[in-house]
Amino acid sequence: MSAILRLEGLSKRFGALAVSQDICLELAPGRLHALIGPNGAGKTSLINQISGALAPDAGRIFFEDEDVTRLGLAQRARRGLVRSFQVASLFDGFSALDNVALAAQARAGSSFRFFARAGKAADLNAKARVALDRVGLGERVGRRAGELSHGERRLLEIAVALACQPRLLLLDEPFAGLGVEESAEALALLQTLKTEVTMLLVEHDMEAVFALADDVSVLVGGRLIASGAPEAIRQSPAVREAYLGEEEAA
Amino acid sequence: MNWRAVVPGFGFAALALVPLAARWGPEAYALNLATRALIFALAAMSLQFMLGCGGLVSFGQAAYLGLGAYAAAILARYGGGDLLLEAGTAIPAAALFAVATSAISLRAKGVYYIMSTLAFGQMLYFFFVSLSALGGDDGVTLDARARLAGTDWLASDRAFYYAALAALALGYLLLDRIVGSRFGRVLGAIRQNPLRVRALGFEPFRYQLAACAISAALCAVAGVLLANLNSFVSPAFMTWQRSGDLIVMTVLGGVGSLGGAILGALAYLLASELVSTYTEHSGLWIGPALVLVALRGRGLAGLVWGGR
Ligand SMILES: Nc1ncnc2c1ncn2[C@@H]1O[C@H](COP(=O)(O)OP(=O)(O)OP(=O)(O)O)[C@@H](O)[C@H]1O
Ligand SMILES: [Mg+2]
Repeated sequence: MSAILRLEGLSKRFGALAVSQDICLELAPGRLHALIGPNGAGKTSLINQISGALAPDAGRIFFEDEDVTRLGLAQRARRGLVRSFQVASLFDGFSALDNVALAAQARAGSSFRFFARAGKAADLNAKARVALDRVGLGERVGRRAGELSHGERRLLEIAVALACQPRLLLLDEPFAGLGVEESAEALALLQTLKTEVTMLLVEHDMEAVFALADDVSVLVGGRLIASGAPEAIRQSPAVREAYLGEEEAA
Repeated sequence: MNWRAVVPGFGFAALALVPLAARWGPEAYALNLATRALIFALAAMSLQFMLGCGGLVSFGQAAYLGLGAYAAAILARYGGGDLLLEAGTAIPAAALFAVATSAISLRAKGVYYIMSTLAFGQMLYFFFVSLSALGGDDGVTLDARARLAGTDWLASDRAFYYAALAALALGYLLLDRIVGSRFGRVLGAIRQNPLRVRALGFEPFRYQLAACAISAALCAVAGVLLANLNSFVSPAFMTWQRSGDLIVMTVLGGVGSLGGAILGALAYLLASELVSTYTEHSGLWIGPALVLVALRGRGLAGLVWGGR
């Protein structure tokens, strides 16, 4: 089967700092691909380029065999290339329900509708509730996003992404800053999610990565140094030296 | 009963009683002042829609007021002085001007956006200053107040007051619906977090452009009314100071609150009028009051009914 996402020679510099160096990567549909790497390796920068928030200096991005390199963030999102943010990016003044309902609204035809109350749109609210229930925020629908705890915001971030009906979901460190219990819940959530949607998961939590991933790629200093099955990556001396060893030493 | 739903009803009912109260005082003066306050309330509310709801601090709102006023003046001169016709001309004219200029302004962000709205406002101002066919700097007088659907009903100051009140109430209901609609929700989301809105698949530019057009259209109606109230139009209607006044009214009333903009405009105009009968330096008193209200955070709306 052909790749859902293909990166061809992606390169990006911030001044003298090369955050992406000739990155080539293919994601197979139906799988969960994990992207690991030390702090500052360029993982978020790569997600930004794939999602369209950041333009690469060179290289091309194909999503479902379409060249999307020149498309903006919104255009890619409408095609089903959906991302979450490492630092939860929400509408703090809106309720949790409205945050997710707005994502559902983005997939429900034109939003140039000026009279009917959006808050009473039963179809959007129903979709939003389903997504919120999935991530375990069913009890918090009426809370303003700004009032939620850190962990709840991370879960809301995932609910928003789900309501966007992703064909490929880019998750940027969904476990960051979660407590032990919350982590376990998020892990269980992703376990079931991975059977429904293709994912690219950026994560530091090695336990989560090796529990979830079908494939793993390792990014160090803007370069993909290895890509393969989780077991192979775990055993690879190069990876150990460049990355895993660092963690163990720390 | 929902307190929020009751406040606007009470507010507009109270405004409807003003002409009755005016009979016990200097009626002509009071009615004129009150009508002017309603018209500015409409203009301030149109700005609130952009500024408070859409997060777009336009420093050129008076341009739409001026466009509406000049549309009325031109139609009045050539025998088309009917309020519906004047509004029907002013609305598309202002919306077009808003779309054309905002398409450029919206590409700038933050303070650069503010500056470019100011620049376009000034361009229009100097255009009318140099337009000698319409009196240039001196402005132009309207021979008679506009008719309404062929009747001379508006000739009465009291009827004209109610026309302004009807425009304000309709404008309020319209904007309130829009703010709560799907469109309004996207607009409010853009104000809070434009990057997130794009990541959901919306193009902020389109929504903001439409918001500018809606705001301009409503403000132009205020301009039409103002021209007919004064029977006179001049470029002074659209100075940047006037745009600044409108910003002051919306902030005074409470950013984000449509009703607050109305309250802010009424309070600002009445306070200026009152203070100016005692001193020439009205700004000296209004300035500190504004700072106090701004520091309190939610403006007069926050003080009076505790929010939006
Ligand atoms: N807009 C920017 N301008 C300049 N430098 C940037 C910019 N964004 C990121 N960087 C730098 O690029 C490098 C890679 O950043 P990036 O956020 O992609 O790393 P990361 O792998 O996601 O790290 P982390 O694990 O900490 O999230 C860092 O050194 C960062 O400081
Ligand atoms: Mg990162």
